[in-house]
Amino acid sequence: MNTETRKVLLGPLFDNNPITLQILGICSALAVTSSMNTALLMSLSLTLVTAFSNMFISTVRNHTPSSIRIIVQMTIIASLVIVVDQLLRAYAFDTSKRLSVFVGLIITNCIVMGRAEAFAMQNPPGISFLDGIGNGLGYSLILMSVAFVRELLGAGSLFGVQIIPLLKDGGWYVPNGLLLLPPSAFFLIGILIWVVRTKKPEQLEVAEFKIHEPAKGEYH
Amino acid sequence: MSVISDVLALPNDSRKKTYIVAFVLCLICSIAVSTAAVMLKPVQDKNKQFDKQRNIVAIAGLAQNGVSVSEAFKQVEAKVVDLQTGDYVEGIDPKTFDARAAAVDPKQNVVLTKEQDIASIKRRAKYATVYLIKDQQGKLQKVILPISGYGLWSTLHGFLALQGDANTVVGLGFYEHAETPGLGGEVDNPNWKVQWVGKKIFDEQGNIALRVTKSPVADSDPRAVYEIDALSGATLTSNGVNNAVHFWLGADGFGPYLQKIRQGGGA
Repeated sequence: MNTETRKVLLGPLFDNNPITLQILGICSALAVTSSMNTALLMSLSLTLVTAFSNMFISTVRNHTPSSIRIIVQMTIIASLVIVVDQLLRAYAFDTSKRLSVFVGLIITNCIVMGRAEAFAMQNPPGISFLDGIGNGLGYSLILMSVAFVRELLGAGSLFGVQIIPLLKDGGWYVPNGLLLLPPSAFFLIGILIWVVRTKKPEQLEVAEFKIHEPAKGEYH
Repeated sequence: MSVISDVLALPNDSRKKTYIVAFVLCLICSIAVSTAAVMLKPVQDKNKQFDKQRNIVAIAGLAQNGVSVSEAFKQVEAKVVDLQTGDYVEGIDPKTFDARAAAVDPKQNVVLTKEQDIASIKRRAKYATVYLIKDQQGKLQKVILPISGYGLWSTLHGFLALQGDANTVVGLGFYEHAETPGLGGEVDNPNWKVQWVGKKIFDEQGNIALRVTKSPVADSDPRAVYEIDALSGATLTSNGVNNAVHFWLGADGFGPYLQKIRQGGGA
């Protein structure tokens, strides 16, 4: 694997993670991470959609009239999402029921659109495909970490298998209900961003403007 | 081939190329989408069928560890009921009868007037499939009725299971709806559904007393047996469930059929 391929494929895991650095795809990260099963299925779907949409969009990039560029991208993404949704309904019925609207909402996921516009429109299909896989994996990594904490502490289980015996079943653990609610994912993602940016200070953003410090006596 | 290369050679921003690219792209995408939908339909239908059976088994309290759904479903006997008379219809195979398809077929449905249509379903099929569970002597133990009603965003489709006395609730559940996850979607929450178990439907006068209400009476009150605590934050879904239950248990729903069960065992 040469350095460029490695950078495209593995860069989005930590150095250029779509969630923690680019802050994209937060909505679905809040909604589907209450259990590992749904998070895994969502990660897989998004990775596949991003990779293939990148590939197809890159294939037609030299013949896409710029006036209908975004519509062309949306059409390709939407078709792929529908196909993925149909596949899930056929082969992962239960989990797809719990994912409900969120599979369809991959269409509006900023990661897919963002990669299409930022990468696939300028690069050949092969490397665009890898970029999609890489960004999908970056998204998956965060989703799975958040889901791990939420399901373990919120329900005492992982992938639906009971790990910590719950008090109501005769064990000792009282599950923390907050972790099953969407706000907890906000806290966890916030903590993750903090950790990543402490470890990698180059990701810290330069403040765009300074809050004006009022001089003494300036308040009226 | 020369046509294709001619088109590809056009400048990207020419109007002709814009139209051609848009058309060809839409064509390819629609072929891909419809191929996927058509090819996967049989598998999806099977899943839906299985999901329905599993719901019936769960709502009727037949689910046991180690017993597969299809095994448990063997105890269940499906029959088609004429809703107007409350009699069983022998000529129709309950396996192939689809009440939801019949509800939109003008030959097989009844259009409901505004006064009748409290569940906002506009029309219902003349017949409905009910599921019966009998004991060894052939006495009716439980009967499972399909119900539907409009919530906030969607029509909720589900089942209401009753004891053989046609007055005590065994369970309620919805297998298909599109209510807001976390609010109206909580109709699927086991903690909410468990409230229905053991509730009574009719009061001494024979009126439907069972209701979903925001302010249920205390457990010690004799009326507590008729009252279900509504879902918080989901008034319209709760009302929808209440209306669906009232419609389907009432005179325009399974009323005549339930009357027959109470009189003569219904079997």
